[in-house]
Amino acid sequence: MFTATGDTLSDAINPVIKRSNDDYGCKRAVMLLRRILQSLPVVAGVVLVSFLLTRALPGDPAVYFAGPAASEESIAEITRALGLDKPLPVQFALYVQDLFQGDLGQSLSTGQPVLSDLARRLPASLELTLFALLLSCAIAVPLGIAAATRPGSWRDHLCRIVVTAGVSLPTFFTGIVLIYVFYYLLGWAPSPLGRLDFLYIEPDHVTGFYLIDSILAGDVETFAGTLKQLLLPACTLALFTLAPIARMTRASMLAALSADYVRTARALGHSDRTVIFTYAFRNAMLSVVTTLGMVFSFALGANVLVEKVFAWPGIGSYAVEAQVVSDYAAVQGFVLAMALLFVALNLLIDIIASLIDPRMQLGEDT
Amino acid sequence: MNMMTGAGQPQVAALDISKLDVNFTTRRGEVNAVKQLELSVPRGTVLGVVGESGSGKSVSAYAVLQLLEANGRVTGGSICFDGINLLELSSTELKDIRGREIAMIFQNPRAALNPVRSVGRQIADVLVAHSRVARSQSKAKAVELLQQVEIRDAESRYHAYPFELSGGMCQRVGIALALACEPRLLIADEPTTGLDITTQNSVMELMMTLVRQRQMSAILITHDLALASAYCDEVVVMRDGRRIESGRPEQLFNHPVDAYTRKLVDATPHKGKSVRQLLPAAQQQSAVVKAAPGEVVLSVKHLAREFRSASGTVQAVKDLSFDLRKGECLGLVGESGSGKSTTALMVARLLDTSAGSIQLFGDNPQEYVDIATIPSAKFMRHDQRARVQMVFQDAGDSIDPRHTAFQAIEQPLRGLTRQGRAQRRARVAELADLVGLPQHLLNRFPHQLSGGQRARVNIARAVAVSPDVLVLDEPTAALDVSIQAVVLNLLADLQAQLGLSYLFISHDLYVVRMLCDRVMVMCNGEVVESGDTGQVMNSPVHAYTRQLLSAMPALPGVDEATDAARSNRLRPPSLRL
Amino acid sequence: MQHGSPDSVSSLPQREIPATTVNTDGKPVAGGASIAVPQSSGMGQLWSIACANPLSLVAFALFFLLIAVAIVGPSLVPYDPLASNASIALQPPSAEHWFGTDNLGRDVFSRVVVATRLDLSISVMAVVLSLVAGSVLGAIAGYAGGWLDALVSRVMDTIMAFPLFVLAMGIVAALGNTIENIIYATAIINIPFYARLIRSEVRIRRNSTFAQAAFISGMSHWRVLLFTLLPNALPPMMVQMSLNLGWAILNAAGLSFIGLGVRPPTPEWGIMVAEGANFIVSGEWWLAVFPGVTLMLAVFTFNLMGDGLRDLVDPRQRQ
Repeated sequence: MFTATGDTLSDAINPVIKRSNDDYGCKRAVMLLRRILQSLPVVAGVVLVSFLLTRALPGDPAVYFAGPAASEESIAEITRALGLDKPLPVQFALYVQDLFQGDLGQSLSTGQPVLSDLARRLPASLELTLFALLLSCAIAVPLGIAAATRPGSWRDHLCRIVVTAGVSLPTFFTGIVLIYVFYYLLGWAPSPLGRLDFLYIEPDHVTGFYLIDSILAGDVETFAGTLKQLLLPACTLALFTLAPIARMTRASMLAALSADYVRTARALGHSDRTVIFTYAFRNAMLSVVTTLGMVFSFALGANVLVEKVFAWPGIGSYAVEAQVVSDYAAVQGFVLAMALLFVALNLLIDIIASLIDPRMQLGEDT
Repeated sequence: MNMMTGAGQPQVAALDISKLDVNFTTRRGEVNAVKQLELSVPRGTVLGVVGESGSGKSVSAYAVLQLLEANGRVTGGSICFDGINLLELSSTELKDIRGREIAMIFQNPRAALNPVRSVGRQIADVLVAHSRVARSQSKAKAVELLQQVEIRDAESRYHAYPFELSGGMCQRVGIALALACEPRLLIADEPTTGLDITTQNSVMELMMTLVRQRQMSAILITHDLALASAYCDEVVVMRDGRRIESGRPEQLFNHPVDAYTRKLVDATPHKGKSVRQLLPAAQQQSAVVKAAPGEVVLSVKHLAREFRSASGTVQAVKDLSFDLRKGECLGLVGESGSGKSTTALMVARLLDTSAGSIQLFGDNPQEYVDIATIPSAKFMRHDQRARVQMVFQDAGDSIDPRHTAFQAIEQPLRGLTRQGRAQRRARVAELADLVGLPQHLLNRFPHQLSGGQRARVNIARAVAVSPDVLVLDEPTAALDVSIQAVVLNLLADLQAQLGLSYLFISHDLYVVRMLCDRVMVMCNGEVVESGDTGQVMNSPVHAYTRQLLSAMPALPGVDEATDAARSNRLRPPSLRL
Repeated sequence: MQHGSPDSVSSLPQREIPATTVNTDGKPVAGGASIAVPQSSGMGQLWSIACANPLSLVAFALFFLLIAVAIVGPSLVPYDPLASNASIALQPPSAEHWFGTDNLGRDVFSRVVVATRLDLSISVMAVVLSLVAGSVLGAIAGYAGGWLDALVSRVMDTIMAFPLFVLAMGIVAALGNTIENIIYATAIINIPFYARLIRSEVRIRRNSTFAQAAFISGMSHWRVLLFTLLPNALPPMMVQMSLNLGWAILNAAGLSFIGLGVRPPTPEWGIMVAEGANFIVSGEWWLAVFPGVTLMLAVFTFNLMGDGLRDLVDPRQRQ
């Protein structure tokens, strides 16, 4: 029940590893593969939970999936289609089978398959979320570093205020205040309705990200229009995610700067730049990257609220609209899609973390 | 070296610290950590700075390169290097001094290296930072430095990260980093603390050989008076931020002037000392009178333990057998990884055995209970639990931070006896008296107690239920020597008074020699040598025991052989005998 | 054990410690010295923490204010929060209506005050539920290890694999639009935080020397877990709890904002912001701003309170 204390085992378990660079790359590839395999149980768990959610509806799920105005026949048809007359494990098997075929059911409100609805609207959500995260990283990371290198200075106080106030902001409320100030009072922002004002023509679909597509099309005007429209919702989301990133950057930079190896680096006469960036920041970056996972979780959730406030045509507002008219297939499809997206993002974060930290045994930490 | 420098007049010092004051701003106000410190390192000599924790020795070293933490600052005095006052330099000028003219080696070598950069590149970084070589040639030079610090396979170790290297190896890298730009002064802050004795020996030898070869000056900061004496030309003793006394090692050792130095010298364990001699003469009581060991109380037979890990099975302890008699102290000596702590945990029944028996005898010498057959998960509620108790290594960590000293000592009484509240309270008070813990400290939390007081709480708790066997796992390893001296005496007295049987685990051969009747030397999970303490220490048979003994730093002026070895160490390699 | 008080898992252990050390029966204890007890009371401890950190003082003050408003607010408000009066619709703040009136002529101030009780109840209930469930799961997983640990960890991983607000949406949408379901959903998404925290705290200390010392002292697994390991996890738990109270309020308000959960006309901060949002583009800011600011203040209070609470339950903070 106990493992030996002290150094008893460390030498035996951590034999000095001799290796070359090639060897290292190979090991990394194996670890990568293992980490991907390890996310499979989580994916299975996600599918199971989303299945349970669709079956947790009180009463007959078929009635809900058929919608409020459904006839007896359509309910019976849905009962058959979902296999609701069969035992639960069989229903689950059918559900998984449908998933593999990309079948998330029909949306009642749009009349389209849920999958194609989500696929059409996903780029809008991703563009908003990623742009907002880039924005908040660009502000929060330098702010955190500045605060940590001069603790007690005005930069540090600024950071602390941003951090404490930032986590207290309800996203939907910040969005509304920003609209009031920048649209109603100052008139700087365009009306908060969607991705692109009707004055502009949608760029040709390449990536689905208007910013990128408009550049690819060489259309500067559309690019500017997109940016204008994007800025306010992105700021709303960025303000929300700023706090955790800045706090983590500051905390881990402080920890790194007081670490023994930073003192060694100073004693060896490295410049402040080298000490802060090559030594402290690369170590601190690790905790920041791992926090990004949590930040993504918050951001994807907050995204739903921001999309509603700004009438953004992403998958979040799709789910909100669907929920209002009791379109359950659409809502549960959205929940599943978001979860799978988040699992993928976490995988990406782990891979990045392992590139930064040689100690990270990919997959051993779960 | 002394022959070369000692002859001439004191020349310009490599480093001259004068009237140095360092203050720290803490929650409790301003703390004066270094007071009016005077230190001088003549060129080409090695100065030892010795002191216990809180003496300000490390702080003064950090002040030299202005590496104090943010809440600390130099409030007065000067630090002159080559005639330049380092305290007046701009940060750019200081940057050029650090690493190029003055370099430092730190305690806890693994933490002192950047965990996410390969050790070779860290060395290359320094070379490039001080424009020793161009980036393109830095690798070759770094590999060469790794070879100089005697790291095998330097070429492939260039790519190793600190977590892949052992502690001793990391400190070699630390030395390579410090010496990369051929500085003129080296400051080594507790460079071998926490390393095994044989590793300490080889790292110190390497470091000092390189220092002498390059005719550098050096400051060695350590808590270990013996270590400083073995390698330094002059030793300064510090206490509470003040310089207490200084002198050549043999002079300090044999004729200390100051009472504190006297106490330090006394408390430093040594080959010929008894446990009483560790204390100042005024505090020495009559010698410990111990009854001759009685019947066997504990018999360990063919004890073994293996651990499974991803990289295979490790035999931590292999086929260990010994008897422990009533009132006897049996020492178990070894380096880290030798299996001695695993053995301690198994005998204390906190860890299950893989094979073998642990027989505990009662009053009838024919009857025993094999406690190895009781799973450790159940043993805490077993009626034999009270008979084997344990004193842990770090007294601070072994007391629940939410418990007062009273609650800590009371714990076994609650778990293992049926005593009522009043009885327990009386017993705790009695135990506190027994271990010399003032009653008014009983309602303090561990963080409000000193290291010595925590050790007393730890010991009081272990003897609370009057066990037969006490397993002591490095009980003094984390303590300052003067406190160690007191605690060792307490342990010796308790044993004589209560007739306890000790299984005493330690890495320190001198400590074992003073306390133990018999000793076992462990290496890689096996006992390589055992016997009466005096016999094993004086005429070791096994090569490993001899290696351990010779690695212990010798005190100057105590015997001829060690003195000769010491003066040989102080000579430049070319002049060595 | 005849008296369990000194080891109790109570969050305010310093109140109980003197009981064992005060020499109450008047008889001198063996050794002749009676034991002095310079212990401060719980309130005294609270006060010294508040003095050391003024921000904690502000947080505690705001917290008590919120509680007071939640308890007595509904009986003190000047207007009926549900009474509509079309003739005074959309009036800006005035002496009569401090926070103005909404589109139905309801008094915004009264609605904001009355909503406090509902919002606080939802978050406190949700946090208590997740705290209890998460602690039990985490403690078992961390202490037992093995397959139990693997199972609990996988379940927690699965919950955490969802963006949390999205999962809460899914749960409320599936279970139905009621206040209880908001509480359940909020509790479920917060369970992994407690379970993971307790699990790691228990695991770290499970092999610590003071846990070993407790085993050597004859303490059973349960006693070590309950009286040694869990109390030591209290300080970080307090921080997590105060953060979660904030998240829980945000979460509940967010759900109501998108129409999941509390339904109009019940006064609730999230709904009020949602309703006010429609008027912000035409300049009637007070409908959304007052409930929004109150919401922010509540979350801010909880977030600020964490450090103070941690200091309160950590004996190492005592001098």
